[in-house]
Amino acid sequence: MANISRAAAIVGAAESDELGYLENRKSDLQLLVEAASNALDDAGLKKSDVDAIFSSGNTMGFAEHMGIIPRFTDGTSVGGSSFVIHAGHALAAIAAGYCETALVVHGSAGHSRRFFGGGGGIEGGGPASPGGQFETPYGYIGAPINYSMACARYMHEFGEDRAREAMSEIAVSTRKWAALNPKALIHDPAAEIPLTMSFDDYHNSRWISWPFHLLDCCLVTDAGGAYVITTPERARDLPKPPVWILGAGEGHDHGMISQMPSLTSLIARETGPRAFEMAGVTHDDFDLALIYDSFTYTVLLTLESLGFCARGEAADFVRGQRTAPGGDFPLNTAGGGLSYTHPGAYGIFLVIEAVRQLRGECGARQVPDAKLTFCHGTGGSLSSGGTAVLAVD
Amino acid sequence: MTQQRPPAAKPAPIPNQETQFYWDKCNEGELWVRKCNEPDCDLGAYFYPRDFCPECLSRNTEWIKCSGKGTLHTFGVVVRPPHRGWVDDVPFVVAMVDLEEGCRMPTNLVQVEIDPADLSKNIKIGMPVEVVFEQRTETISVPVFKPA
Repeated sequence: MANISRAAAIVGAAESDELGYLENRKSDLQLLVEAASNALDDAGLKKSDVDAIFSSGNTMGFAEHMGIIPRFTDGTSVGGSSFVIHAGHALAAIAAGYCETALVVHGSAGHSRRFFGGGGGIEGGGPASPGGQFETPYGYIGAPINYSMACARYMHEFGEDRAREAMSEIAVSTRKWAALNPKALIHDPAAEIPLTMSFDDYHNSRWISWPFHLLDCCLVTDAGGAYVITTPERARDLPKPPVWILGAGEGHDHGMISQMPSLTSLIARETGPRAFEMAGVTHDDFDLALIYDSFTYTVLLTLESLGFCARGEAADFVRGQRTAPGGDFPLNTAGGGLSYTHPGAYGIFLVIEAVRQLRGECGARQVPDAKLTFCHGTGGSLSSGGTAVLAVD
Repeated sequence: MTQQRPPAAKPAPIPNQETQFYWDKCNEGELWVRKCNEPDCDLGAYFYPRDFCPECLSRNTEWIKCSGKGTLHTFGVVVRPPHRGWVDDVPFVVAMVDLEEGCRMPTNLVQVEIDPADLSKNIKIGMPVEVVFEQRTETISVPVFKPA
């Protein structure tokens, strides 16, 4: 296979005008268009430059709403990882000459919808689908429940106390990063996250689905996010430094949580090595890590599956707030899905933070001299994975 | 938006061509799974039911009756109701059970005392469990498991 590393670059990235728990409800489409428009502004490009749309699900509806007629469209929808996977797809499409400038976009009024009675509810494709017949009747409904069972198995295999210690480290360190990000929901008292969160706060937070406390779980916010990818030639002509896509890997090994081959190993075990090899980098090369933190447990499992540490050893890897500001393994510097934003799918916000860190735009939370990072998204019921390696010159 | 709504039933499955036999047997108080009979395939029993073997795609598969015994593979103790059907029924235990026949199925663990101060205390992964049936509608009973 031809190595298409660096065949395209991310040149713009942004959120919607507002994000968090919005006082005035906005539609998904409104959030999508705000984010897309802001990302184009950030890139110094116009809507008419866009000839490809990447989003999960209804790309037709979005393109119509924004007034774009693409010549390439990709609605890959494999959960929250989709928007990391789209980076690899756009890279391939641009390298193959199918398009020049791709817009990757996600937006959801996840929080507002909860209070308006729509959305949410029973997952899995209806009561005659495999999920509807064999999981939903037991209350396998929603990510906290499904993921909690995987976490309980991890505790059984590797020790409950060790797992809990590691989860608490991630819970606390991620909130320290969020406190440094003015856009993070942690600054809204309605988020129910103390701005200076202690380990006791973590252990005392209420149970959602054992072994998950509230503070193990990501937010559900209203937010949109978008980024723009284009050819190396065009990228070099734009005002901000190009963020090169060095490598990409993707995959999924089940759909329903009860069909997961091992509850303690993610498909990241395959996507990570593929992306790192394509990029020509190794684990020690990264300046920071951006990992989809749907739950604290997701982060532990991702670190292990990507090979940053051996299985069962995440507790040793993250001990002593190593992943917090000032630690030697900066992780989820925007505050993550746990405390920055998470409208139902977080993947796109990993990429937005990567772009900002690599450009040096992150203010108080900036990782010094950040040149190389990766985003890893996990979607579905720990089902799908996407890794993207990103760098600036 | 705190309007009270009436309690809802727990969701019930709608069987299809591949699963009608499974749900019919459940409603008679028996648990059956599908098994691959292809000599070159080592999958054996599998869950959830499909006419073809998910390993080798052979249609040489059959229904086998389960002993109803298994061990707990994992579980979660659900405190926040995920659906109106469980509003008056938390905490409850979601579980996966490894059946004696060699496949794993999603289910609930029932008839186990949950200590609010230590939610997982009386539940141990690996513990032996056995099937019982919970009637949802006239035609649907869902297989759940209790400590054996």
